[in-house]
Amino acid sequence: MEISSIIFYLIAAFILGMALMAVTAKQIFRSAIWLLFTLIGVASLYFWMEVEFIAAVQIVVYVGGIVVLIIFSIFLTEQASKDMPPPKPARKLAAALAVLLGLAFAGSLIWQYGFQPAGAAFDNEVSRIGEAMLRTDADGYALPFEAVSILLLAAMVGAIVIAIKHEKKPVPQAAEQEAPEAASPITETA
Amino acid sequence: MVSISHILLLSTALFFIGMYGLFTRRNMIAMLMSIELILNSININFVAFNKYLWPGRLDGIFFTIFIITIAAAEAAIAIAIIINLYRSQLSIDAEDATELKY
Repeated sequence: MEISSIIFYLIAAFILGMALMAVTAKQIFRSAIWLLFTLIGVASLYFWMEVEFIAAVQIVVYVGGIVVLIIFSIFLTEQASKDMPPPKPARKLAAALAVLLGLAFAGSLIWQYGFQPAGAAFDNEVSRIGEAMLRTDADGYALPFEAVSILLLAAMVGAIVIAIKHEKKPVPQAAEQEAPEAASPITETA
Repeated sequence: MVSISHILLLSTALFFIGMYGLFTRRNMIAMLMSIELILNSININFVAFNKYLWPGRLDGIFFTIFIITIAAAEAAIAIAIIINLYRSQLSIDAEDATELKY
């Protein structure tokens, strides 16, 4: 067995083990830390596949951004050391059964398909990616790039608007008092 | 030489681990973490297809970049919603968010 294959299977075992810990950990903070290790494992898989730009983006955005955001929100919403209530055994069993069936089905499909690798070297230099991001012809990605930048702006504004703290306004009393009166004629006619 | 099927099997296993988390967890932040696992498994698929089956093109790389971007936007929005929900319900359990249900 080549050394490269051994490294791949080590990375795969690392990713799957950490992901299993992430979905089964009792405390949510530990779950976030296992998720962090899973994402680092995925980044190392990208390094193994020699797509260095995606690996760098994975580390910067996922490990540095999303996981930190998740940990902040854990601290903002609850006690991080408190155990989450365990799932019901019936639900656990049903989920495990569904997941194993799906895994067997998808896995057998992949195993029997017989992919034929093209065998050519994969040219994914950062300069090539950057030029494709600015071109508008058949192989260019200028339009999706602009669209996703607008989406990011909208998401940023939306996140601020949703999470901002409004000062308490007095609840309009009239609306609450009207509601039962409006409902009563309907019940009478019914 | 690892065949592409092994990489795809790894991503499939990661996807179904994420599905298991989504089925069993009832904490909204934990469910969000499971969704991140699922998105990561899909990214692995895109990169593997691009590298081994169509090495002359860059489509898989770009899909991966855009999926990572949209995952970041989605996480930001979801966490804003969760924080807002916590302010009004004092709980982020999916079973407690029943205001729109009845």
